[in-house]
Amino acid sequence: MNAPVYNFAYLDEQTKRMIRRAILKAIAIPGYQVPFASREMPMPYGWGTGGVQVTAAILGPADVLKVIDQGSDDTTNAISIRKFFARTAGVATTTATADATVIQTRHRIPEAPLHGGQVLVYQVPIPEPLRFLEPRETETRRMHALGEYGLMHVKLYEDIARFGHIATSYAYPVKVNARYVMDPSPTPKFDNPKMDNCPALQLFGAGREKRIYAIPPYTSVVSLDFEDHPFTRYRFDAPCALCGADDSYLDEIVTDDQGSRMFVCSDTDYCENRQAQGHRGSESAAPHKERPHG
Amino acid sequence: MADSKIAVQDNDQPLLLADGLGKSYGRLSACRDVSFALYPGEVLAIVGESGSGKSTLLQLLSAQLSPSAGKVSYRMRDGVMRDLAALGEAERRFLLRTDWGYVHQDPVLGLRMAVSAGANVGERLMAVGWNHYGRIRDTATSWLERVEIDVGRIDDAPRTYSGGMRQRLQIARNLVTEPRLVFMDEPTGGLDVSVQARLLDLMRNLVSELGLAAIVVTHDLAVARLLSHRVMVMKGGRVIETGLTDQVLDDPREPYTQLLVSSILPA
Ligand SMILES: Nc1ncnc2c1ncn2[C@@H]1O[C@H](COP(=O)(O)OP(=O)(O)O)[C@@H](O)[C@H]1O
Ligand SMILES: [Mg+2]
Repeated sequence: MNAPVYNFAYLDEQTKRMIRRAILKAIAIPGYQVPFASREMPMPYGWGTGGVQVTAAILGPADVLKVIDQGSDDTTNAISIRKFFARTAGVATTTATADATVIQTRHRIPEAPLHGGQVLVYQVPIPEPLRFLEPRETETRRMHALGEYGLMHVKLYEDIARFGHIATSYAYPVKVNARYVMDPSPTPKFDNPKMDNCPALQLFGAGREKRIYAIPPYTSVVSLDFEDHPFTRYRFDAPCALCGADDSYLDEIVTDDQGSRMFVCSDTDYCENRQAQGHRGSESAAPHKERPHG
Repeated sequence: MADSKIAVQDNDQPLLLADGLGKSYGRLSACRDVSFALYPGEVLAIVGESGSGKSTLLQLLSAQLSPSAGKVSYRMRDGVMRDLAALGEAERRFLLRTDWGYVHQDPVLGLRMAVSAGANVGERLMAVGWNHYGRIRDTATSWLERVEIDVGRIDDAPRTYSGGMRQRLQIARNLVTEPRLVFMDEPTGGLDVSVQARLLDLMRNLVSELGLAAIVVTHDLAVARLLSHRVMVMKGGRVIETGLTDQVLDDPREPYTQLLVSSILPA
């Protein structure tokens, strides 16, 4: 092959150092949004340039990278990012949650429990949980500084007043380490409890908004709620049609133009592992065939 | 013990003290040398023509503007008199949304127009840690009743409210934490006369029922007469006359006040 056009993991060392400093600060102040000088990346913002920059700054040659998009390793977005790092950093990639050292994700936390030594990197579109009700940046920053979070409950109050229950089901606000209120990025609230006391390091990168924040391993993460409307997880009340799992987060898939639908695990790696172990759902009477991974 | 006779909420002690208060913008002195004491339960009206420094003074008194000269002290709920300039930002903001209220002339500045009336009233409660939806809603409901807003409108945003309803909602939103002092800047400004009358009536009842102290800025002497115990007349940034409301309005000493009372000066 030709001489490498890019530095290791694309970004130059100065930029990576700057991002690492922001990451270290974010780890030191769990849940606090640290500004950083976000760089242009060779992909559109919607593709998670914040997450990509964080991943680029922490990858080492020995790392094993997994990239998921809505739980799947096989969307265009996930494949592109995986290929990007395979090419620019030459790191090994995997789809197996347990084998990865770095997992970049959009919209999901894997079903398989994360372990110590792993880093979960979230792609974040809007890092500011208070923005919904307070568009002024100067004011939201002051609210964070002073721990004034009444407004977050105003949002939950509105949900209950309108729908009879807390209808927020994505980007459900959490309080980190009993101090900062944080937007967990648009993961389903089903995943919120996995953030709490997690052995893995969780890093959040917002490219367009130029913010990095973090949850260090084994940090308390509490979903906001009311005493009389406690936080609840939500999943479709069905087993996975492919692996029969009744505890995983499900995607609804329309199977024909008659409106037939089925529910399958959103986490494809989890689902395939279960099928490989012999678990079956209603749609998988036939023996499971291994899918090739890209 | 002699000390135990000094009650924490002693009504003989001033609630708020202004001492030599002034604010300059470059060479313009918007407000200067204002000193007075406000006692618990007392309603003070600040009157004067447009540009006389009323709003500037109100912002100084409510710690939203820092003075160029003098100071404001306030008796906190623990009975200790504190210099407002010495409060930390967190303490100051806490005071503003618990023990104080601030009613703006323009309700858009005092309300969240996009969230429901119930949440507007409940926000201060949630800000001080109320965490039970049912109790927050019940309290909001009873406050809407108190300010004569149809409780059937509790889930509507104030965007859909009339001017008078918005102003009553703003009052409910402020009073829900049972403040001891409410600042009002032209609270009836911009409303129809009949709507003004109803609002004034409501404010007068609430103030007396709750034993609130209030500082009301108005260019409308009828508002001062209906609401206040005492009046301060401002001109060119200075207080030129002060006294009991009836005395000042019925028997003004200063020629300027006489003109104001006889409605010769434009308000
Ligand atoms: N931020 C400011 N910068 C400069 N001048 C100001 C400012 N605010 C008020 N003033 C001036 O101070 C004077 C008093 O204004 P204000 O307190 O608003 O009077 P009032 O409320 O009685 O109408 C006016 O001459 C006004 O133009
Ligand atoms: Mg004014």
